[in-house]
Amino acid sequence: MQASFIVNGTERSVDVPEDMPLLWILRDEIGLTGTKYGCGIAQCGVCTVHMDGMAVRSCQVRAYELDGAEITTIEGLGTPEAQHPVQEAWIETQVAQCGYCQSGQIMQAASMLANNPNPSDDEIDAVMSGNLCRCGTYPRIREAIRLAIQKQGA
Amino acid sequence: MGKLRTLTRRTFLIGSATVAGGVAFGVYRAKVPFENPNLAALPEGAASFNPWVIVDAEKVTFIAPLADKGQGVFSAQAALIAEELDIELDQVEISFGMPDKAYMNGALTDAMVPFPQYDYGKVAEGARRFAGGVVRAALPIMGTGGSSAMPDSYDKLREAGAVARETLKAAASQQTGVPIGDLRTENGAVLLPDGTALSYTSLAAAAAQIEPVTDVPLRDPSQWRILGKPMERVDIIAKSTGTLPYGIDYKTEGLLFATVKVNPRQGGSLISYDATAALAMDGISDVFEITGGIAVVANNTWTAIQAANAVTCEWGTAGYPPEQDAHWATLSAAFTDDKVNAEARNIGDVDAAPGAEVIAEYRSPYVAHAPLEPLNATILVSDDRVDIWTGHQLQMFAVDMVAKITGVNEDNVHLHNQFIGGSFGHRLEFDFLKQAAEIAVKMPGTPVKMTYSREEDFAHDFPRHITMGRGIGKHENGKVTSLDVQIAGQSVMTSQISRLGFSLPGPDTQLHEGAWDYPNLNLPNIRVRSYKETGLAPVSSWRSVGAAPNGFIYDTLLDETIHAAGADPLMERIRLMGHDVSVKVLETVGEMCGWNGHDLGAGRGRGVAYVFSFGVPVATIVEVTQTERGIRLDEVWVAADVGQVIDPVNLENLAQGGTLFGLGHAMNCEITYSDGMAQQSNYHDHEAMRLYQAPKVHFTALENNPKIKGFGEPPVPPAAPALGNAIFAATGQRIRELPFNKHIDFV
Repeated sequence: MQASFIVNGTERSVDVPEDMPLLWILRDEIGLTGTKYGCGIAQCGVCTVHMDGMAVRSCQVRAYELDGAEITTIEGLGTPEAQHPVQEAWIETQVAQCGYCQSGQIMQAASMLANNPNPSDDEIDAVMSGNLCRCGTYPRIREAIRLAIQKQGA
Repeated sequence: MGKLRTLTRRTFLIGSATVAGGVAFGVYRAKVPFENPNLAALPEGAASFNPWVIVDAEKVTFIAPLADKGQGVFSAQAALIAEELDIELDQVEISFGMPDKAYMNGALTDAMVPFPQYDYGKVAEGARRFAGGVVRAALPIMGTGGSSAMPDSYDKLREAGAVARETLKAAASQQTGVPIGDLRTENGAVLLPDGTALSYTSLAAAAAQIEPVTDVPLRDPSQWRILGKPMERVDIIAKSTGTLPYGIDYKTEGLLFATVKVNPRQGGSLISYDATAALAMDGISDVFEITGGIAVVANNTWTAIQAANAVTCEWGTAGYPPEQDAHWATLSAAFTDDKVNAEARNIGDVDAAPGAEVIAEYRSPYVAHAPLEPLNATILVSDDRVDIWTGHQLQMFAVDMVAKITGVNEDNVHLHNQFIGGSFGHRLEFDFLKQAAEIAVKMPGTPVKMTYSREEDFAHDFPRHITMGRGIGKHENGKVTSLDVQIAGQSVMTSQISRLGFSLPGPDTQLHEGAWDYPNLNLPNIRVRSYKETGLAPVSSWRSVGAAPNGFIYDTLLDETIHAAGADPLMERIRLMGHDVSVKVLETVGEMCGWNGHDLGAGRGRGVAYVFSFGVPVATIVEVTQTERGIRLDEVWVAADVGQVIDPVNLENLAQGGTLFGLGHAMNCEITYSDGMAQQSNYHDHEAMRLYQAPKVHFTALENNPKIKGFGEPPVPPAAPALGNAIFAATGQRIRELPFNKHIDFV
């Protein structure tokens, strides 16, 4: 099928099987590889992107669901030169070890803060627990989210 | 590389002092420098003073050859060079370089001599130098593992920076006539007395004409600008903006995407397959047989995985017991004289030692590596060369394997090492690479990226080895008097080295590592004996290898005996510990948490554990609360001594991460086999720790260790026993089998 949607502000149209997940459209068709593959079954969260402003697991969104959708990936959230406040906080806190999960962590955190600018510790734990980090950077993820809250409040 | 195989057969020395044929030429060749691989293709006007530094008219380039799988070694290597070269990290380009024996890891042999790593005596150090010399001459291994990066790089890379600096000064002196003694260096430039700055790049052509200087003394740590202070990792911005390419992200013109489906009974054959349905799917280029299974090539990774799932296969059997119960039964029957791997420690007389007995049996299961980046490799086979884009910890072996499969000489096989999205040991293995090579060799001229599905990654992991421990602790008059620890395990080194085509000549030290070298020097009676099994599932080094299961067994038995004696778990550990550096570590962790006994009342408790691994003593205290729904991890304190801190930020991150890694797997992870296949297939049934379960982890680094040590693995082993000991302190329930959630719930 022809799937037409917007990625990071740019209109895209791809000819793919209707059940191809957005993850693989982004990675192997469009070439946006900041969004990662980890499990394929919504258990790890490394493929998290924003779809019409909501954090979704892109391995679970199919081509036929994409028509007209606005997708933001990690590349569209901010850039090395113009970082999103959550990315600034992540960099200042030096969260990453291997870094493979961090695109998903950051997209999830940015979505959470956009909807709830001052989440409680329990809310942070609940929202972020769908995103696995095998290196165990969780203490720094919490710290970075607290810093991002400060930055966005400032 | 051509000689690698023959030399290795003769001289692979691990475990005992077996040095075989390497002795004769090992020592005398130990000091001959390797050729600088950068010189072969160095452009006119560029200078390379050693294998790690290249300067040309445009830029300064560092080669950081050790594999970075998240531990931060890419940054740390560059910082070591930059410190002495007087240049900032944002002024240099850093590359993984290409595999070469000049980049051999000189610290891997520290673990191969039969002396505990807390022994810095003349004999032990002499043996380490000797082993290092033999391996350097016979089998220069370019490898990343064993927490060896800092011990390997610390002097070598600072020297590389210092030599480059002094050679650039010599070039500046020649050019300007100013005596070298009047020149300074700063910010990537040589400064003349009048303040004129000559950038290193402007001096490249002149420096290329002179021989690199030798014997440059290294600066005292008190003079450091970069090292020992909080650094910003050079990859942190890229990793926080999705712009860092991992191997799985490699892109090139005409790239095709592949996956494999290989017999989930490890090592078993493919009897037959039917790919009719798969071949009928859109986007499929080809389906063909590879060793032990099939490969699918497609125009999209997902399409390849869908097609692989649609191929029906008939599989052969595995060479190990099909059911998990039989694995445990095999180990249970392995505590016999004919299976003795080593009597690694025997002090006093454990049989005659006085005191009441604590008798216990412990189990540590198979556990998956499951790094978040599924294993993958991109390979392009051209007319006369092969290019590989993947992340690997044993680069020269990787080249060797691909050369054999493609029939191209090793000299023309080029491995472009990539950033790795976690390994925990899985990137020491070769199956994924060999499969990618089998695919690429069928498609000359076409680059093919082979990616495992997560399910394939689980099915074809070589998990942490399975271990069973039996112990007898004795106590009298409130004191521990004796520990007798017997450990039976599937031999991880035998299994791993067999896949390199070699056999292990001596005992497998990983079957007692972390137990035999637990420095209870004030305990009069200690015996640590290991038993080797080889007929179970194929296994591989899992972050901290033997020290995790063995530390769990040894330290839990110690804790049980201390409690039975009625002694304080921290104070008795300190009393038994005759190793000063370790005593300070235990005292420090006690101070950090304000230790006042293990019992905090009302379902709350603290457990302390200590393990010595990779030369690093680490003590961990875990505090837990028993809630209505299960055990909650409240807070964790960790103290460790790495000798010299390079980057306190990264070290703390590794301490926190390694501790949570150890805790998470101890809580809820195991791989079990049924019908010869791993029963766990994805993160839903091998979850480790999620954020909501992660306690706060406090960390203090000490620097009393006589030598610098690595920290990628040492935080892991004490985590599991500390948690088990805490659960006992809070509930009175002693859990002797991992994962703990087979016996207790966590919230």
